[in-house]
Amino acid sequence: MKVVIFGCGRTGSTLALQLATRGHKVTIIEQNPAALRRLGRDHNCEVVIGSGLDDDILDRAGVRDADVFFALTRGDNTNLMAAQIVQLRYEVKRVCVKVADPMRSDAYQRLGFFCINPSSLTAGMMRDWLTSEPYAPIDEYNALVKELSL
Amino acid sequence: MYMIIVGGGNVGLHLAKKLISNNHEVLLLERDPRQAQRLAQLIGEENVIVGDGCEMSTQKDSGFERADVVIAVTGEDEDNMVVCQLAKVVWNVKRVLARVNDPAHESLFQQIGIDDTVSATSIIHSLIEQQISPDVMLPVGALARGHLEIVEVEIGHRSPVLGKKIREISLPPKTNLIWILREESGLAVTGDTELRMGDMLVALVSRDHSEELYALFEPDRP
Repeated sequence: MKVVIFGCGRTGSTLALQLATRGHKVTIIEQNPAALRRLGRDHNCEVVIGSGLDDDILDRAGVRDADVFFALTRGDNTNLMAAQIVQLRYEVKRVCVKVADPMRSDAYQRLGFFCINPSSLTAGMMRDWLTSEPYAPIDEYNALVKELSL
Repeated sequence: MYMIIVGGGNVGLHLAKKLISNNHEVLLLERDPRQAQRLAQLIGEENVIVGDGCEMSTQKDSGFERADVVIAVTGEDEDNMVVCQLAKVVWNVKRVLARVNDPAHESLFQQIGIDDTVSATSIIHSLIEQQISPDVMLPVGALARGHLEIVEVEIGHRSPVLGKKIREISLPPKTNLIWILREESGLAVTGDTELRMGDMLVALVSRDHSEELYALFEPDRP
């Protein structure tokens, strides 16, 4: 699969290395060159320096042919905007967005985006670990967000 | 009308001032506490809230639910997008308006239902495109140093110069007619050019003489 990952933070770099090891073609977009050290020295990922909100950069990263796009920067809004650009303008079929704010994550899930809210995921897994329940599918943890009300 | 502005930079501040003076109920949201304090001194405490306008809890506290208009004018397109999108989808705000910093993002905003966008870059670009043909393009600084300005005059049905050739008109001193915008395109001005109804004339004129130019071409100008 051709995978494009926007954001080489802890999540982005770990995912990039795991997917590259499994033989997928991974391109990572990152604004800050210093963050690329997280990939280590011997990695098989392509790297494009710049913003994933910028058409030129997305073109250079080959988003047009991507099977999947991950928006994993630490900015929720940056991720949400990048996701909408690649979904609407580049017609990438599978788009995954990291959204740290639980309520924003819920709102955009209702808009049809596949959002992952790291806090509810971690909290849900810890709860299940504590009570020795089997780990649940990702959507179930994501849905925990909805239990928070405004 | 109740209007919420997100982003307390220069654009947000001056917009808030104007809207307050038009007797609207205005709330300005600013993330940075120190900037918010400064804004409160300028436009009144009751018109400013410290908070991240992208967060739904802040949106709830500031009454997005009953807002007639939500305007997002931060320096970041992604923040403006999220503010407007949540305002429409979650809070059913009828009218949202976003400042778009990168003109390349304008079409995305429209695609996702944010109908009203303002891009200073696009506006300035189109002004330049409309007013100055490339062969007479001047740096704006040079215009100011020479006390010159570029003005537009429209030839209406009562204009005394309607139907006249340029050579038959005695122009004010220090005036250069640059271009005539006629229908879709335009034409360079020569002595033989005849002025027609609806012509938009672009002129380079010394600031001291621009009033005379208007008086000559467009006497009905308000």
